[in-house]
Amino acid sequence: MTANTARPPAPLAAADLRIAVGRHRRERLIRGLFLGAAAMSVVISIAIVFSLVGNALYFLINVDKGALLADGWFPRRGLYDIATILAGTLIISGVAMIVATPLGLGAGIYLSEYAGPRTRRFLKPSLEILASIPSVVLGFFALTWISPNIVQPLTGAPLSNMAAAGLAVGILITPLIASISEDAMHAVPAYLREASYGLGARKRTTSLEVVFPAAISGVVAALLLGFSRAIGETMIVSIAAGGTGGSLFELSPFEPGQTMTAAMTALAIGSDSVRGAELTFESLFFVGMLLFLITLGLNLISDAFVRRVRRQY
Amino acid sequence: MAMPTAVTTRDAVEQRLRAGGGDTAGLLLQGALLLSLLVALGVLLVLIGDILIRAIPVMTERPADFLTSPLSSRPARAGIIQGIVGSMLLMAFVAALSLPVGIGAAVYLEEYARDSALARLIRTNIRNLAGVPSIVYGLLGLALFVSAIGLGKSLIAGGLTLAVLVLPIVVITTSEALRAVPGSIREAAFGVGATRWETIRGHVLPYAAPGILTGTILSLGRAFGETAPLLMVGAIAGTFSGGGLGDMLTGSYTALPTIVFNWSGQPQDEFRSLTAAAIVVLLVVILLVNASAILLRNRYDRKW
Repeated sequence: MTANTARPPAPLAAADLRIAVGRHRRERLIRGLFLGAAAMSVVISIAIVFSLVGNALYFLINVDKGALLADGWFPRRGLYDIATILAGTLIISGVAMIVATPLGLGAGIYLSEYAGPRTRRFLKPSLEILASIPSVVLGFFALTWISPNIVQPLTGAPLSNMAAAGLAVGILITPLIASISEDAMHAVPAYLREASYGLGARKRTTSLEVVFPAAISGVVAALLLGFSRAIGETMIVSIAAGGTGGSLFELSPFEPGQTMTAAMTALAIGSDSVRGAELTFESLFFVGMLLFLITLGLNLISDAFVRRVRRQY
Repeated sequence: MAMPTAVTTRDAVEQRLRAGGGDTAGLLLQGALLLSLLVALGVLLVLIGDILIRAIPVMTERPADFLTSPLSSRPARAGIIQGIVGSMLLMAFVAALSLPVGIGAAVYLEEYARDSALARLIRTNIRNLAGVPSIVYGLLGLALFVSAIGLGKSLIAGGLTLAVLVLPIVVITTSEALRAVPGSIREAAFGVGATRWETIRGHVLPYAAPGILTGTILSLGRAFGETAPLLMVGAIAGTFSGGGLGDMLTGSYTALPTIVFNWSGQPQDEFRSLTAAAIVVLLVVILLVNASAILLRNRYDRKW
């Protein structure tokens, strides 16, 4: 026994329990820093809206209204036909959805319902690698491989055409649709499958008529997000769709066409704007605002669908 | 009921359920589903093969020269050194800006303000930001960094634009990593008297570090291949005017993906080969980044 342990413990005072003031101050400071970082996202959103709206309004007020319903999109001649770029955007993203819906959903169902753990471990990273290919690379591929080897032999289209760009955009959004729809089907509780098997249903009946309908909200969300990505896709259409230098109103996918995004790059790199020409700079922001509103709308609807899935199970 | 002894119950049930035959339609469906996956991956293989074949002339004749030469309008002399340097500097900007802010924002959302109205607003906002097309971020950069702040079409403006672009992705992936750390870890730290920051610094962040690292590596890879926003803020025809780092940051510049875009617009065959070679460099970097992220995830995947 030492003398230390024999001494009675000092009485505990209220001051001992109170947090050190310096420590407390540091806590508040750090919390403030983190809050500031989180608030940055709101600042960015506001900055996006302001930078778009100001210039877009300037464009709308000053543009000759007839130029918005002209014979085509030719900023150099002051013709800003919105229908042309909307039609091009819809055709290319439509082709993309025709490709990506069966491929993406098929891949999603296979990964969620059929693939064993070992095939999954190999297939999922492969899809992630496909998803990581930059769109500028897919654009080059669309122009130099898809168009001459697939689209041109079948249709005799010119080298730059909307179908080739649409096919490449479809490949681009396939991994996205596959992974979101797989998540949705994966989230369907196992007891639904067991109940289905218990009634004597086969694997295909269970997958297509029990799991798929149960996950339908997530599947719709996946398709909407894919569509939104396709609409906002820029580099593939800029390289492969052939809209540089303006475009006439065009509905055939086997012709060159102009999308909102390709129109923007053409304006920005100067191939569609004469230096100092009035309104070309502002028209860039007008198209950007249109694009922003369309994709935001699609994303919000898809978000609502995702939340419905989460509430269900 | 007579049952052959060799047939187990399981076999008998299976036979009964199959009504004597295999499920042909089911097999067809499974084949079709697998096919859709293989088509997507087949395109990936064709793409890589096609690019490699196209790149052969450049890659075999002058691999080192191609990597170290500056841009040129003469295909025999053109190289991508400016693009490599530009992309590296841009990545440094993105990492220095978006990682601290993004991780900080995620820590606030997950550790401090779990379910407050403000946190919900910020979370919705970040989800929507992640869905904004990248070209719109380019417009933000053009209006804000290039024009309003007056940085001009400089590398700083491009770096800021890309940093803003990947910020939501960093926040989302970091949030997921933080959410995967179980609450018991935090409670244990609080229980021995740690403050919130001490808990986060000493326990939550170290446990979440592999997940955070994976997510941030992937978002850097995404930024590396982004082209559209850089076109908006002027990384197109720019080449470094030479000089020191200061001139590089404030002068005209270019990046690897914008070189790919620029060259893919050139119709000559020599440029096709050059473009393919530049794409090979781009893809090697991106595949390395992704492979390291996937390995990291598998290595440190922890089940609580």
